[in-house]
Amino acid sequence: MHIVVCIKQVPDSKEIKIDPKTNTLMRQGVPAVVNYYDMHGVEEALRIKDKYGARVTVITMGPPSADKALKQCISLGADEGVLVSDRAFAGADTLATSYVLASAIYKAADTWGPVDMIFAGKQTSDGDTGQVGPGIACRIDYEQLTYVQQIEDINPDTGELIVHRHLEDGVERVKTRTPVLITVVTELNTPRRASLPGMLRAARYTPIVWTTNDFEELDRSKIGLRGSPTIVSKTWVPEPKHVSTDMLTGTGNEVAATLVENLFGTELKHSLGWA
Amino acid sequence: MAEDKRRKMIGLQPEGDVDWSMYRGIMVVVEQRSGVAKPVSWQLLGEARRLADKLDAPLMALVMGQDVSHIAQQAIGYGADIVYHADAPELKDYRTRPYSRVCLKVIKTYRPEIVLMGATYTGRDLAGAIATHLPTGLTADSTQLDVDDERLLLASRPAFSEKMLATILCKQFKPQMATVRAGVFQALPYDEKRTGKIIAVHQDMHENDIVTKVLEFVQDDNRVNLEDAQVIVAGGRGLGGPDGFKLLHELANVLGGTVAASRAATDLGWIDHAYQVGQTGTTVRPKLYFAIGISGAVQHVVGMQNSDYIVAINKDPNAPIFQIANYGIVGDLFEIVPLLTKAFQERLTPVMAR
Ligand SMILES: Cc1cc2nc3c(=O)[nH]c(=O)nc-3n(C[C@H](O)[C@H](O)[C@H](O)COP(=O)(O)OP(=O)(O)OC[C@H]3O[C@@H](n4cnc5c(N)ncnc54)[C@H](O)[C@@H]3O)c2cc1C
Ligand SMILES: Cc1cc2nc3c(=O)[nH]c(=O)nc-3n(C[C@H](O)[C@H](O)[C@H](O)COP(=O)(O)OP(=O)(O)OC[C@H]3O[C@@H](n4cnc5c(N)ncnc54)[C@H](O)[C@@H]3O)c2cc1C
Repeated sequence: MHIVVCIKQVPDSKEIKIDPKTNTLMRQGVPAVVNYYDMHGVEEALRIKDKYGARVTVITMGPPSADKALKQCISLGADEGVLVSDRAFAGADTLATSYVLASAIYKAADTWGPVDMIFAGKQTSDGDTGQVGPGIACRIDYEQLTYVQQIEDINPDTGELIVHRHLEDGVERVKTRTPVLITVVTELNTPRRASLPGMLRAARYTPIVWTTNDFEELDRSKIGLRGSPTIVSKTWVPEPKHVSTDMLTGTGNEVAATLVENLFGTELKHSLGWA
Repeated sequence: MAEDKRRKMIGLQPEGDVDWSMYRGIMVVVEQRSGVAKPVSWQLLGEARRLADKLDAPLMALVMGQDVSHIAQQAIGYGADIVYHADAPELKDYRTRPYSRVCLKVIKTYRPEIVLMGATYTGRDLAGAIATHLPTGLTADSTQLDVDDERLLLASRPAFSEKMLATILCKQFKPQMATVRAGVFQALPYDEKRTGKIIAVHQDMHENDIVTKVLEFVQDDNRVNLEDAQVIVAGGRGLGGPDGFKLLHELANVLGGTVAASRAATDLGWIDHAYQVGQTGTTVRPKLYFAIGISGAVQHVVGMQNSDYIVAINKDPNAPIFQIANYGIVGDLFEIVPLLTKAFQERLTPVMAR
């Protein structure tokens, strides 16, 4: 079995601040981390590898510094780490991203054998669209199972698998067959820590780098900023809501009565169906 | 396997005509489970009605499922002019392939200039597949929508933990697509006398050709769903312990709301982390938010400041939470909350009994 895991390096969102003078994002010096969900995808791939034997290829599209993220995955037990990196890929929206990642998955299949399963995160903490997983599945015509919280069963011979999808209102049990793309939620597993041999291997490992020149059939009008139909026309920091706070005073009973009266005097009466 | 070398890559070019001026009107994809529409679908129709009127274009709805003709009818009552209705056993449960196939067919046949879906799990699953297939641009999780003079959709979405808003457009392709957060827009009042056209759409996939099968769905009535909550009663360190949440539950029950918490309360283990509101928890946007024994730290506030009405109860008159509250009560929560529960109960009960 050949499993590909897509991971993305993201700025540590806790550290992002907004410059109060210019209202722009202060990205400088913000440390990069592997998107939280993606480590659960890596873990699940490694568990399948441990149980049934599999080759695990980790792919990221990003700047050269993203090789750190790949080495982290190698230290956990992934077989190869591929950095898809070229200035021409920069500025991609989800459509251009899914095209490049799908191309990389085809190339990984040519290099190491057909890809049976692909793991991606539910969403990232920066772009936060959750669109790249479904985009890749659509591009290469794989079955698509999003928001998976448990893999109940895999039959490595038939490729049949049963998973549990975590939805807003409950859990759906679904059966499908490889090749499949799965997007994962954090309930799926607890990521492992690196072993000492893993760390040693990672220290010596140099991630494979693929640039635009490594893809024979790449349509250059479909990548990067040029290949991205969505345009960010402006960003702004929303005005803090100007509220005039109504401080209610009196005895406990009085303030309770006044508050109820006041709230019934607003549109909440209709929108919450109080009337 | 030499002939395998050229691999299939879906979604590189739009199929067929690319005369974008043929694309007119707005289409809302209605989401349902077991014959019940999700509220976000009607909220979307409400907002899309406003946009369609501004564009002087028809408002369309797409209803897919099994035995869902009543939902097609409802879509008209909630503002649609035309409803495309695909009804088939293969569409009983949502599955990416048959649903996206119907959706693509309707888009290519009827050519809406804008397609909107709820930013729910199902909505994102479907929208991500369709936008890639067409291909077109897709804005995720929008909280503001508008159209400009050139008929461009201006979809704005929060970015970077809600710290900023970004307006995103797509000039290159049609339809322009966006998923939209639940609970942000308001549905129009249901009008059963509204009239519109319902057009049947044929679902043409055979069950044998659909690899993915839904085996079962287990409804979880206890699932914490803060994002969709209309009323949230949140508590913090001021509650003094897990028992304090009982008071909040009582108030929440009377209001049909949900309990939530600050990180101080979840970190102390008084309530599960799933209930945490804020930067590292859930971002909520209810109609009414009670902050009880919560000081109003910025990491909490970013997750709830867009609530329509905020009520703060705190014994410290200088607590920062009062700065963003519509109504403030300085006092002991253990005294105030039960009185408030009682006051609401008295006011609401006769209404319910009628
Ligand atoms: C504030 C902001 C808002 C944006 N809004 C939009 C928008 O509305 N529409 C749009 O089309 N684009 C948008 N983008 C661009 C989008 O973030 C990029 O296309 C990005 O490359 C991938 O999208 P994502 O981060 O949302 O990934 P998601 O779709 O949320 O990621 C899901 C999973 O896909 C995989 N994945 C994603 N990116 C990579 C990668 N580079 N390498 C390997 N695996 C990856 C990971 O497994 C990840 O967990 C936005 C970007 C920003 C910064
Ligand atoms: C990176 C980072 C991320 C964070 N993310 C989040 C997040 O997502 N969500 C979040 O909530 N916090 C978050 N925090 C923590 C945040 O900074 C605050 O520490 C936390 O919100 C405080 O919770 P609190 O208001 O319940 O507690 P406190 O700040 O201790 O406030 C308790 C309040 O209760 C009042 N009180 C006490 N007794 C009574 C009484 N009997 N009656 C009435 N009032 C009473 C007090 O006057 C006080 O104002 C984060 C912090 C960091 C550094």
